[in-house]
Amino acid sequence: MDIAAGLLHGFALALQPLNLLWCFVGVLLGTIVGIMPGLGPPATIAMLLPLTALMNPAGAIIMLAGIYYGAKYGGSTTSILLNVPGESASVVTCLDGYAMARKGRAGPALGIAAIASFVAGTVGVLGLMLVAPPLARLALAFSSPEYFALMSLGLAMVVLLAGKSMVKALLAMLVGLWIAGIGTDVFTSQSRFTFGRMELLSGIDFVVVAIGVFALGEVLGNMEAREEPQVLPVPKGLRNLLPTMQDLRDCRFAFAQGSVLGFLVGVLPGAGSTIASFISYGVEKAFSKRREQFGTGVIEGVAAPEGANNSETGGALVPLLTLGIPGSGTTAILLAALVLWGFKPGPLFIAENPGMFWGLVASMYIGNVMLLVLNLPLVPLFAQVLRTPVYVLYPLIIGISFVGVYAGSGSLFDLYLLAGFGLLGYLMRKLDYPSAPLILGLVLGGAMERALRQSLMMSEGHLSILVSRPISAAMLALALAVLFIPLFSRFNTWRLRALEQEES
Amino acid sequence: MRHRSPDFWSGLALAALGAYIVAQARGWDYLTDDGPGPGFFPLWYGIAILACSAWLGVFGKSPNADWRGAGRALATWGAVALSVALVKFIGFALAFGAVAFFIVAVMYRRPPAVAALVALCTVAGFYLVFPLALGVALP
Repeated sequence: MDIAAGLLHGFALALQPLNLLWCFVGVLLGTIVGIMPGLGPPATIAMLLPLTALMNPAGAIIMLAGIYYGAKYGGSTTSILLNVPGESASVVTCLDGYAMARKGRAGPALGIAAIASFVAGTVGVLGLMLVAPPLARLALAFSSPEYFALMSLGLAMVVLLAGKSMVKALLAMLVGLWIAGIGTDVFTSQSRFTFGRMELLSGIDFVVVAIGVFALGEVLGNMEAREEPQVLPVPKGLRNLLPTMQDLRDCRFAFAQGSVLGFLVGVLPGAGSTIASFISYGVEKAFSKRREQFGTGVIEGVAAPEGANNSETGGALVPLLTLGIPGSGTTAILLAALVLWGFKPGPLFIAENPGMFWGLVASMYIGNVMLLVLNLPLVPLFAQVLRTPVYVLYPLIIGISFVGVYAGSGSLFDLYLLAGFGLLGYLMRKLDYPSAPLILGLVLGGAMERALRQSLMMSEGHLSILVSRPISAAMLALALAVLFIPLFSRFNTWRLRALEQEES
Repeated sequence: MRHRSPDFWSGLALAALGAYIVAQARGWDYLTDDGPGPGFFPLWYGIAILACSAWLGVFGKSPNADWRGAGRALATWGAVALSVALVKFIGFALAFGAVAFFIVAVMYRRPPAVAALVALCTVAGFYLVFPLALGVALP
């Protein structure tokens, strides 16, 4: 199916009333969770995942993807009005966005964030549409050794970019591999790490870990503070939210570079939207004629990162859908969702499920338009979400977590596990262990072990098969380089500086 | 005072996990006639966990975490864990309602009437949305 035919097919599917409704529900929920500090898209998608079993898979993926990219729009609202990022990708938007709001320019800051998100989000979907099908055809040549090498490379990238300490990121990823290994071995039926519990013979459900670590862990982390932050006022009326023509002219380069850089960074496993937004902000500042004013309320300082973190979404879906390799916690949950509904993301995904792929692409074009409409005139309404008392919000999240876990399995044992993983998620935050490598290790663990064992069966036990095939050898060499490069102090200094900036 | 470093303690806990994984994996086949056995992959990641945790325990130098708010977080976790344990005996409504009441009244020091109202409304909301509207069973 060529691109034009695929897109027409996709729009026919995405424009069905029910799918339009799911798209709207997804982007609306995404905007709301993006606005709420302490509730991110991974937690929301994980909590809703068991409930999607009741839905048509096309509608379900359209809704979950809507939450994913919708949250990027909402995150900027909190950064601008509260100086607290609604989600990690909007950290850098605080710098100039909040400064603009304090100068009485909250309206244009919110407006330019929505416009940049729309422009770059649309470019990201365009990139996904153009890049994914040829990459999937290329990946058809992959066999088990290449898949093992590719997953190793993906995990290595996540470990490199996930946290300040690579050892902690590596340990989190290894623990994820261990959790994935709990249960019955599919090759030999040997039960592993079950502690004599019947309930563990079928393994630990991914949803339990994801909800525990992301949703419950996040609530516990946020419970530490009793005070609720103060919100700056939002100007009323569409006219007060629209940037001036001069603002738009100032942001031309930011729109373009944010769109391109965001997409490219998104394609890399592990880099993610936070890195994309920082790189884009850095590039904008480096090429700006008024770079010394950055941080004091420059409109390009809002447009560039907001564009990049939205374009990144399209890029991040490329390896997920064509190779079956997620690059972040959220895409790992989307991968689990696709597997749960009976799909196998990988080189054959687009060919075998053209409706799903093109329907998703078309829904993202539609969703971006919906988000522009929601986030320009209705932003004062959404800002009211920030006034929701946390003592109402947190019990709701805990309750939805209980229901989400129980709905998936009907087992009370999973609720006990949920409590355990909630504590693990909280301790990981306190001790500075990143959670994305754990989730990726968990999602990829089973497939990685299968690919390694199949490779060794092909070679009758010789590990040389992993390095005798050129693509596999190149990817494994790259994975090793990624893990060992930080030993060189100059690179590690750069890496730590980037991560420190991200935290500040 | 290396022994008080959080990296030392988390490294020690993970080393124990690594040792457990290696010990278990050694009890399973490493290689079989058909290829690698069930012990192959766990043995290698178990060794990797041991090596990384040893490195972390010895060389880790993260500053001490700020534990000032941890009491509130751990108290909430305790309430959640207790309610999960009680669901089997008293049902979702009472167990979850109690957690909601605890968070509002104790953690955020709102009047008991407000806490009771939040607990009642959230429980009622869950019953309306999940079993009635969506047909999803509550614990």
